[in-house]
Amino acid sequence: MIETLTYEFPATQSVEHRSHVGVVASGNCEILLEPSSDQRSAVVVRTSVSGFDGTWQAVLGRFFARNPVAVAIEINDFGATPAVVALRLEQALESAQ
Amino acid sequence: MTALLLTESFAERGARERARALLDAQSFRELIGPFERIASPYLAAQGVVPQSDDGTVVARGTIGGVRACVVATDGRFLGGSIGEIGGSKIAGALELARRDAERGTPTRMVLALDTGGIRLQEANLGILAVSEICDAIVALRDLMPVVAVIAGRVGVYGGLSLSTALCSEIIVSEGARVGLNGPDVVETESGIEEMDSSDRPLIWRVTGGRQRFAQGFASELVSDDVPAIRAAVERAFEAPRELGPLVAQPFPDPRLDLEAFLRAMEIEP
Repeated sequence: MIETLTYEFPATQSVEHRSHVGVVASGNCEILLEPSSDQRSAVVVRTSVSGFDGTWQAVLGRFFARNPVAVAIEINDFGATPAVVALRLEQALESAQ
Repeated sequence: MTALLLTESFAERGARERARALLDAQSFRELIGPFERIASPYLAAQGVVPQSDDGTVVARGTIGGVRACVVATDGRFLGGSIGEIGGSKIAGALELARRDAERGTPTRMVLALDTGGIRLQEANLGILAVSEICDAIVALRDLMPVVAVIAGRVGVYGGLSLSTALCSEIIVSEGARVGLNGPDVVETESGIEEMDSSDRPLIWRVTGGRQRFAQGFASELVSDDVPAIRAAVERAFEAPRELGPLVAQPFPDPRLDLEAFLRAMEIEP
């Protein structure tokens, strides 16, 4: 069954544009990133692989520690590995700047 | 080797990048894009993660400087399968193109399909969508050529192969496949003597692009190269050709046949 996870991180920087990267395909994920006016970031993850909320917390935590951007992120995941998720996040941010 | 490095592969791109590649540079403008979040409402309940564009990209722009619309399905998301949302996006685009043509502002319509057919999780809604797509292609092709580009990793199977056969022009690549039932289905239904679905050379000998072109099911065979495919698409609009009897015969209005059928059955149409 699908697991829906939500996370929040503090933010100090802003991005200019929204961006859309990736695909809901095996071992991959889709990311929708939109600028947010809040001083925090909100992430919603929908994943077909349950039981990895700690791993998501770690991957997202590391990303926002390096890039404290105020964004709303939605991730549709189809079993992407942490490395793939990290690369997709970097790609989404790069496309939004 | 140099040729390989210089080739701009079409098959290696996602649906959005394929649509962008077929339209003139800088003219790409997506309709009902991922941020509209019109995804399938049926998948999550069945334990499948939906995609924000439902695997179907509809983009406006120009081709050869003329107004155009490209529909591209993404074979990576659930095999490019067609559900209610994706199917309605395709049918809606075709119907808008017909309206444009009737108003004297023709829109070049390209279907860049990469699909295993109807999405099993949305069975009847997918079937309905395919019938709407077929209806819309038949209505549009009397006014404008409807060009299918089958050059993805999946090819076209199932319900959408019927829609493809109705198109005025069908451009295939050697790597793509076109067929009604996929190899797995044939093996399951008719036995491994009929089709060994693990025998990839056999699959391409039967349903591959080169074979389909030789059989007259496709109007043009192209290499997996963006400039070559773009050139084939422009040729298809500038000098549309007659296809073989399977696809080029004028189809009677299906509604007329239905009425005759109902009368024969003594049912009031």
